[in-house]
Amino acid sequence: MGLVSDTSILLGKELRTEFRSRELLTTTIVFILVVVVLFSFTFDPTTTESRRFGPGLLWLAFLFAASLMLQPCFLREQVNDTLSALRLALEDPFPVFLAKLAANTIFLLLTEILLLPVFAILYNVPILRVFPQLVLVLFLGSLGLGVTGTALSAISSQARMRELMLPLLLLPLLTPLLIASTEATAALFDAANPVLRWDWLAFLIAFDVVFLTALWLFGEYLLEE
Amino acid sequence: MAQPIAPSIGLRFENIDKRYGGLYALRRLNLEVAAGECVALAGRNGSGKTTLLRIAARLARPTHGRISYTGSSMDSETGQPDAAHAKIGFVAHATMAYDELTAEENLKLFAGLQRVENAAQRVAQLLEQVGLRERKDSQVRTFSRGMRQRVAIARALLHEPSVLLFDEPSTGLDPEGVSWLAQTLRRMRDAGCTILMSVHGESEVAALATRAVRLEAGKIAADTRAGAKVSAILRFADA
Amino acid sequence: MKKDAMFGFIVVALIGVSAYASFFVAPDEKTMHAVQRIFYLHAPCGMTALVAFLIAFVGNVAYLVKRESKWDWLGIASVEVGLAFCTVVLLTGPIWAHPAWGVWWAWDARLTSTLVLWLLYVVYLLLRTMIEDPDRRALVSAFYGVFSFLDVPLVYGSIWWWRTQHPQPVVFTSGGLNPVMRKVFYLSWASLTLLMALLIRKRYELEALRSEVRGLEREAEAQ
Repeated sequence: MGLVSDTSILLGKELRTEFRSRELLTTTIVFILVVVVLFSFTFDPTTTESRRFGPGLLWLAFLFAASLMLQPCFLREQVNDTLSALRLALEDPFPVFLAKLAANTIFLLLTEILLLPVFAILYNVPILRVFPQLVLVLFLGSLGLGVTGTALSAISSQARMRELMLPLLLLPLLTPLLIASTEATAALFDAANPVLRWDWLAFLIAFDVVFLTALWLFGEYLLEE
Repeated sequence: MAQPIAPSIGLRFENIDKRYGGLYALRRLNLEVAAGECVALAGRNGSGKTTLLRIAARLARPTHGRISYTGSSMDSETGQPDAAHAKIGFVAHATMAYDELTAEENLKLFAGLQRVENAAQRVAQLLEQVGLRERKDSQVRTFSRGMRQRVAIARALLHEPSVLLFDEPSTGLDPEGVSWLAQTLRRMRDAGCTILMSVHGESEVAALATRAVRLEAGKIAADTRAGAKVSAILRFADA
Repeated sequence: MKKDAMFGFIVVALIGVSAYASFFVAPDEKTMHAVQRIFYLHAPCGMTALVAFLIAFVGNVAYLVKRESKWDWLGIASVEVGLAFCTVVLLTGPIWAHPAWGVWWAWDARLTSTLVLWLLYVVYLLLRTMIEDPDRRALVSAFYGVFSFLDVPLVYGSIWWWRTQHPQPVVFTSGGLNPVMRKVFYLSWASLTLLMALLIRKRYELEALRSEVRGLEREAEAQ
């Protein structure tokens, strides 16, 4: 199918481009680490307090990291006007969005999974027994970040003060995602009775579906001249 | 490039208005380019040449009016824009290739997206033609301006376009590069490709034109079809 | 022109009547007495803001599909008016909360959701100031407007669900309205809705005029 083929070609390009420089991944990982450490100075990091504030801080760190990491998403395509080359080559530009959101989701998920053990150690949170469930929550949350982030970075790349605009566009919009992800993560961090909150996961899925559909319907207009 | 281009396609611009930043870059523009014509587009900077070319390439959407593609196997009313879309080659000042990928990787990427048949073969053929076979494994970031232009042209020719749109193609090329470009364009023209290119004054490239049109402030000021001379249009444009 | 003035007069009169009713006709509420009367302003403003944002959403979608400037004018007009009503909700919240509960702000579901809503649409306005080309601005803000509005039910839903998991005392109750109170409430709601319509209409006309003036200025500059 055309859509799948185009998307996978473009995804290959996104991944190859990033892995050649690895700038985005390394800086994002370090950024989240810095935020996580800094957060520890804002409250008394005893075990109970960590369990209470931990999930929220973690997801806030991810949100901030995403709003920085997503800056170059469409700016990269302006450098040599490769966006025009893509638009010329494709009848339907949706694969451009799909490939970018897939790549962004993968990058985010990768950094989150790498940081999870570090977070668990620093804040004394037991994650081993719920690791697969945590990855599921991380995946659904990152997908939401990827979908909205990709769409909104296409917007911010056309505005002035774009470095500041992207977080402004992204963060209020992500309120529902922050709540759902934090609740689901907190439920898994519970020492006594860790549980997978299907209600919040369903909500995350709904969030992802709504914005992916809106992107599919209207995204191409963002790329117009 | 010995085989003729099929189908041969013409362009029709009907009552095109294009507004940028609140100002009209093109105003009620009507232009018909016959299949196989090689048109030189002259005019000062800001006269609307780039806008016209980008609309022809379907990169920009006209504020009013429409662009259609006419040809022997495609009626402008029933013609599927997608089919014509696949057969347009566009070269502008920007490289339109990824710096972090090699020349070959770039061409393979676009060949894949455009479903070019025998992609690997075609890419190799084009790299040879534009003289980049030696540097096919170097990242485009290391290329000079002239080499970038060659990559851009190779990319534009990948899918054997029926329509070639060039925005000031000889900018940044040394005399050798300009000769090579003129040679390539002559080959395409003789094979039946429709060419619309913006030029600055007279040059080896501009001399290939069978027709010239001058734009002024978004409108057509002179057209050889209407009796003006090619050389007059091109010379005037430089003033 | 006459019809316009008539409509304006009716709206102002209606607002006057509903204000009078809120203060003097509605009976005193048993626990919070006079303070509770702010409910007749607070709650309808919240609902009116949502209606205004819905109108903006319609304008945004219409612009994306049709690309006629008038839909962009409707969009910006409705967002500004919606934001104004939203601000009233956020201001009357503390006025209600402080005498009744001793806190200036209560993170209850409705108020919190309204705050997020307010932020979403303030960003919409900010975004518009960051894009100069009017056509591009209309297109990009229409897209963001669509995204924002789609977020609204998700915001309300998630905050409400989250609050049911971590309950807090509900500060702004509208439960237990007696018939007279209900009538005053509906009167207030109707008059505020009409005010919204009037304001949107006027703001729309202003934007249309501005657009025309800007167009003429540019043409003059270009000569």
